[in-house]
Amino acid sequence: MQKSSWRPWALLSPSLTAVFLLLVVPVCFIVVYSFWLRAPSGADIPAFQFGNYKKFAADFFYPSILLRTIRVSLETVILCLVMGYIPAYFFYRSKTRYKSVLLLLIMIPFWISFIIRTLSWINILGDTGLINHVLIKLDIISEPLNMLYNEGAVLMGLIQYLLPFMILNVYVSLEGIDKSLLEAARSLGCTEWQAFKEVTLPLSLPGVSAGCLLVFVLTSGTYLPPMILGGPRNEMIANLIFKRVIGTLDWPFGSAISVVLLTLLVIIIYTYNRYLGINQIFKSLQ
Amino acid sequence: MFKISGWSLIRLYTILVYIFMFAPIVAVVILSFNPQQFGSFPMEGFSFKWYVKLAQNESILSAFKNSLILGSLTSIVVTAVAIPAAMAFVRYDFPGKNSLNTLLLTPIMIPEVVLGVALLLFIRWLQQPKNFFLLLIGHVVITLPYVLLVVQARLVGIKRVYEEAAMSLGANPLQTFKEITLPLLAPAILAGMLFSFTISFDDVTATLFWATAQNQTVPVKIFGMLRNSISPEINALGTVMIVLTISTPLVAGYLIRRFARGGSFN
Repeated sequence: MQKSSWRPWALLSPSLTAVFLLLVVPVCFIVVYSFWLRAPSGADIPAFQFGNYKKFAADFFYPSILLRTIRVSLETVILCLVMGYIPAYFFYRSKTRYKSVLLLLIMIPFWISFIIRTLSWINILGDTGLINHVLIKLDIISEPLNMLYNEGAVLMGLIQYLLPFMILNVYVSLEGIDKSLLEAARSLGCTEWQAFKEVTLPLSLPGVSAGCLLVFVLTSGTYLPPMILGGPRNEMIANLIFKRVIGTLDWPFGSAISVVLLTLLVIIIYTYNRYLGINQIFKSLQ
Repeated sequence: MFKISGWSLIRLYTILVYIFMFAPIVAVVILSFNPQQFGSFPMEGFSFKWYVKLAQNESILSAFKNSLILGSLTSIVVTAVAIPAAMAFVRYDFPGKNSLNTLLLTPIMIPEVVLGVALLLFIRWLQQPKNFFLLLIGHVVITLPYVLLVVQARLVGIKRVYEEAAMSLGANPLQTFKEITLPLLAPAILAGMLFSFTISFDDVTATLFWATAQNQTVPVKIFGMLRNSISPEINALGTVMIVLTISTPLVAGYLIRRFARGGSFN
């Protein structure tokens, strides 16, 4: 480590300027704007009032979208955990030669366009999609099932987007477990299952919680899957923000909703960091 | 006995998860060759019809051009910004280092919708028009954390002794960086550039806020096309994007291995 008073700051100045000007300042703008008024003419009037927040809380409509966002995010977290832990454990224990290929495969969806991955579910779940086609061919049903434009379809899209994050987080923390601990447990008479329950599972929990946080945060701000795979009743908070800002050009109200979403995330990340430490998250992204 | 069946269940489960992950993607590729008017099953023959149609679609071609230019510029700018930052974090000690590192990584945790609204609001307040420059700076912020992580991880692995040797032989910090650190860092720089290119090329949500009709990117264009229905043309376009985005990291991996062999002293 070198100690130099000015050099690190000179090296950091471009990135700090970029993040300050393009992230910190704009986010402050959102907060300021959320107190402004919107004139009937559509102009924004500087003010300090809580009208936008009152509007959000007054009707049951807006809070219900917030609650739905939280519920769908939790559902996604649970499903990703259930679907992701076992493959991660498989990578950890497997002695197959193709392990690196399998790991690379799970990374590939990261590289495939998000919008293509999302809309690809239409080919599977749609009225003339793969599942309905097969079921009709097999004479199990005569009319196509409606599987699109509901919460289930949204969850499919979300899981496919977020599962790799969960698998990698769990895998990274499993790989960090000292294998001699397992041998010790086994030699002391544990069964395979007991060794897993008493040693592996508890030691993998940092990765599990990091994966859960990442999945929750990314789900709660997601726009595309509810937009493409969901119906009007599956809108999440990001869809609401988009509609208010781009659709009706109601900047102050759109800002207020953004602040609500940000506050939710800050509370969750702060709580997490307080008890578990945030750095685990970035470990797996490397 | 139990152990064997338990392990094969785990393996079966893993295979099912892989099928879940890849079935929709495979369906896109297969259906893109379906000559039928509606992009759906059953397959009725095999044709390149939709690819030909795609190649003749002016607006999609121009969206491709926009995406390529935007992705390339983003990757160059963001790498130029991220390398010095990574140097500062890995090679120097200074007050507030950890919090600043976390600050530079926060764009990962902030929803793109919020980023989109925030930057657009700021630009509007500055009374600047939505233009290509807005897309560029926006994409730089979105991709910065990823490139920073990649470069930092690599930099940690480069031993200080090489740099110290160069310094002790009389090289100044800039020379040392150019002659020693930069060549050793080349694989990470390449990986970071490709990573940021792909993220920029794929980005939809924030880009929907920032793009205008003149500078639509491919995903924004696809989003617009979806409004009607999923046409076979979208499947064809999706296949092109899948092939592009899968081949990019593979080519990168190959290049990195070659580079690594070239600069072999670590």
